Parts: sequence; C-alpha cells; structure tokens
Amino acid sequence: MKILVAVKRVVDAYVKIRVKSDGTGVDLANAKMAVNPFCEIAVEEAIRLKEKGVAEEVIVVSIGEKACQEQIRTALALGADRGIHVEAAADLQPLAVARLLQKIVEKEGTELVILGKQSIDSDNNQVGQMLAALADMPQGTFACKLDVADGKAVVTREIDGGEQTVSLTLPAVVTADLRLNEPRYASLPNIMKAKKKPIDTLTPDELGVDVSSGLKIVSVEPPPARSAGIKVESVDELISKLKSEAKVI
Amino acid sequence: MSILVIAEHDNAALKPATLNTITAASEIGGDITVLVAGAGCDAVAQAAAAVNGVSKVVVADNAAYEHQLPESLAALVVELGKDYSHILSPATTSGKNFMPRVAALLGVAQISDIISVKAADTFVRPIYAGNAMATVQSSDAVKVITVRGTAFEAAATEGGSAAVETSDVVKANDRAGFVSEELTVSERPELTGAKVVISGGRGMQNGENFALLEKVADKLGAAIGASRAAVDAGFVPNDMQVGQTGKIVAPELYIAVGISGAIQHLAGMKDSKVIVAINKDEEAPIFQVADYGLVADLFQAVPELAEKL
Repeated sequence: MKILVAVKRVVDAYVKIRVKSDGTGVDLANAKMAVNPFCEIAVEEAIRLKEKGVAEEVIVVSIGEKACQEQIRTALALGADRGIHVEAAADLQPLAVARLLQKIVEKEGTELVILGKQSIDSDNNQVGQMLAALADMPQGTFACKLDVADGKAVVTREIDGGEQTVSLTLPAVVTADLRLNEPRYASLPNIMKAKKKPIDTLTPDELGVDVSSGLKIVSVEPPPARSAGIKVESVDELISKLKSEAKVI
Repeated sequence: MSILVIAEHDNAALKPATLNTITAASEIGGDITVLVAGAGCDAVAQAAAAVNGVSKVVVADNAAYEHQLPESLAALVVELGKDYSHILSPATTSGKNFMPRVAALLGVAQISDIISVKAADTFVRPIYAGNAMATVQSSDAVKVITVRGTAFEAAATEGGSAAVETSDVVKANDRAGFVSEELTVSERPELTGAKVVISGGRGMQNGENFALLEKVADKLGAAIGASRAAVDAGFVPNDMQVGQTGKIVAPELYIAVGISGAIQHLAGMKDSKVIVAINKDEEAPIFQVADYGLVADLFQAVPELAEKL
C-alpha cells in the first residue's frame, strides 16, 4: 500500500506574527518557517505504518513556492520515501489544494491519504474533507488513533465532548489531530540520506487543475489589542475585583 | 436570499451552537430554513421550529443519518441546499467535518469559523489562531460557511412557529460506518465550552499539583487546561492543552496559574473575556494580557483562592 501525506510550509508555531501595516496580509519576510505541526503528525503516522509493514511507500507532497522543498526534505529525513512538489503560489485556497491532491492520488493510486487536520496559518480545516469528497472517499477527521488492516482504516476521532470511532473502507482520507502521536526528531544520518531522495516537481497546469478561487481576501487586520490590566495585591483583592468589577464569579 | 442552517443535535436535543448559527444567519438576512438530519429526531425538529427567526424546518429522518456521518450528511445537504444562497453550520467538530465536503461537492470555497458578518458576501474570520483577522469576500453562487458560536448571541428558543416539512431524500453510504462513541463523563465542563477555565503551566512543577487547580475548578464549575510546557513536561495529557496547536478557548473567565505566557499559549486563550494571571515572576508576559495579575507563589495563592471562593 502507498500512503500519501501532504506537508504545508507555515510560519513556525513559536513565532509572533505581525500584520502588515497596509492590511494586505501577514509579514512573513525573514520569519522562521516550519512544517505545519499537524502535518508533521501525519508524516509520523505514515512512517509508523510503513515500519509496521502496513505500507510499502510513503510519498510526501507539498504545494507552494520553491521553498516548500525544505519541508519536503524534513519529511524525507523523518522517513518518507520520495517527494512531490507542486509549484504554485503560497496562498492557494483549500479547494484548489484538494483538487491538486486529488490528481496526485489518481496518478499514484494511493490507498490512504493522511493529512494534518488544519494549518496553523490559514486555520481553514478543509483540505482533507474536500479531497475525500472530490475523490469520493470516506473520511476520518481529527484522528487520535488509527488502525489499518484488511482494507479498512479504523479511526478514533476527537469530537466535542469525547471520541468517536468509525470504520472506513479504503481508499480513505484521515486527518491528524494532536494526540495521534508524538513526532520523532530526524537523526543526522537520516537528514543526510534525505538529501539523496528524489523530489518530482509538477505544476497545476500539468495536473490540469484551475487554482482560481471564489474567495478574495479584502484585508487582514491585527486583532483588537488587549491591554494589560492591573496588578492586585492579594487573593482577597482578586476575589473582590472578580465579583464586583468584572462580575464573572 | 435564502439561508439553510444545518442543525447540530444528538437526535434528542438541539445543540446550543445551532442557536448562535441562526443569529449569524439573521445578520446575513433572508429566509432561514433549518435542516434537521437524523434518526428519530422529531423532538429536535419541533425545537428548531420554535426558534425565533426560523421560517421553515426540513426534517430528514432516516437510519442513514443516525450518526450524521459526513459521507451521507454532506450528500444530503448538497442535494437540498444547492438552491440556497448560503449554507451555514456551527464550526463545531461536527460542522467542521461535513461542511468542507459540501463546499467541495458544490465546487465552491468554504468560509471557516466566521466571527462577524460585514455583508451578505463579506465576513471576518480569525487566522493564525486569532493573531490576525481576515475580512474575506465570496463571489461564489452558494456561500458555505461555518460559524464560531462564541462570536454570536444565541437566538431565542421560543417565539418562532416555523412550518415543518419532511424530506425523503436518503443518501446511504457503505464505505464509512459508525463503530462507537465515548463521550467523556465528567462533572467538569468541556474546555472549549466552559464559562470558566483554570489552566496550569510549568510552574505547577508536577502533575500531582494540578489537584490544587481542581479545588478552585470545583468552586467555579471550571474546566481545567494546561500550557504546552506543562504537557510537554508530562504533567498532564495533551488533550488539556490550551494554545495554538491545542484547544482554542474563549471563556468568561480564564485563570492562568504558573503560566509564563508564550505566544503559543496566548493564541489559544486571549479572546477570553476576563483573564487572571497568578505567577511569581512579575516580568512574565502573561501579565501583559491579564486583566488582573497577582504576583505570588501559586502554592500559597491557589489554595487560598480555593478556600475563599
């Protein structure tokens, strides 16, 4: 079985982002970039399935500017076998990304797609579900446990208030939540080995996908600023403020 | 304009997030139809019909929708919803699960997690975990939208008298099956829905010390959270993590105990109405967002708080 995982290049989760003063977006010049944390969990899960002998090959794809190849290399260093880079604008909308992934799934004949549940930049939480719909596959989103055997994926999902388990007939799409696993660190020899692993480059045109979107970003603003409040001197003063001033208890 | 709101429910009761979504629909303007898809969900349909502002309820009552699996539900919504100008659902784990499927099948964008309606085609949604607000405009024929419940008031549960119609459209699927569901039985509220949250950070020193927070949580009916530092240190399991890569919360009152206030954490809680920080380091960044800061040793302050509340 082949597994497809996708990784998105995003700003590192620990970087404090700054909105551009002209309201056109977020200033990412010189910002530290990384693999989206949920995508990293997806990569780890795919590699574990390969280590267990469930999968033969893990293909990692990233869609965006040339610099995404860094994130593909990161996934290769963790244990993915080969990469596919779809060279496109960095800010493609989820439907376009899902359409591109659908073409790659068709081309590669992958039986399982594992994605992160959302990216920490655009926070859309859409691509996995959209891909599943376009490819007419069942889906297991927000996975915290995954078992693959006998042509089925049994997925335990984090839902509001608890967990739900579903059984999916492969091919299927699974999206990773935080608790699915703890990603490993790449070892130095594996980082060196990853440099020799192949990365194919494709374009949306070659895949026959129109990446235009009906959605336009009008402006991006900083959130309303939160000003520091006051320091209280004691627990008594704190309780009294919460009761009489803030009226929250 | 005509708006289809997909009700969230458990076949027995209408979930409150639906009410916030109906308010968002009212702000867009137009006739509001609520779709109740489930099995044996008549009580939900009656409740939806009574909600103020709803003009019609459509019930799809069939075993195929018992667990509202996205493969079936999205197919139903696409068939019933294609002539509406807007399709809305709460941005809960259920709405987030099936709505992108609806959008993809209709060939349109989904607008996730809106917090404000600027115009019938223009909405505001948080990006970068709320560190930036994007205003987005859609030119799609059908606008598929999920709504952040905490950003809209709940519609009144009475005052409406919508007509209830039934739909006999059945979209069965044989490739995804429900196995089981385990809902957490806890006297404490869920983190993301709690009115009060108390979280501990690395300053708690170990997992046992979280018992101190439990005593305060018991008094306030609060949920208990943790910073990533506390989770990474192994004090508590990571489903308690509040932050950019954990749970995003916006309670009435958030109490941060022994949390320095890394960006990662702030991104997950800074939309809380009132923030209290208890930390012995007066330079901790958490104090820059706290409404009330108490510079104190948490091992003295927290037990005192529990006792005096």
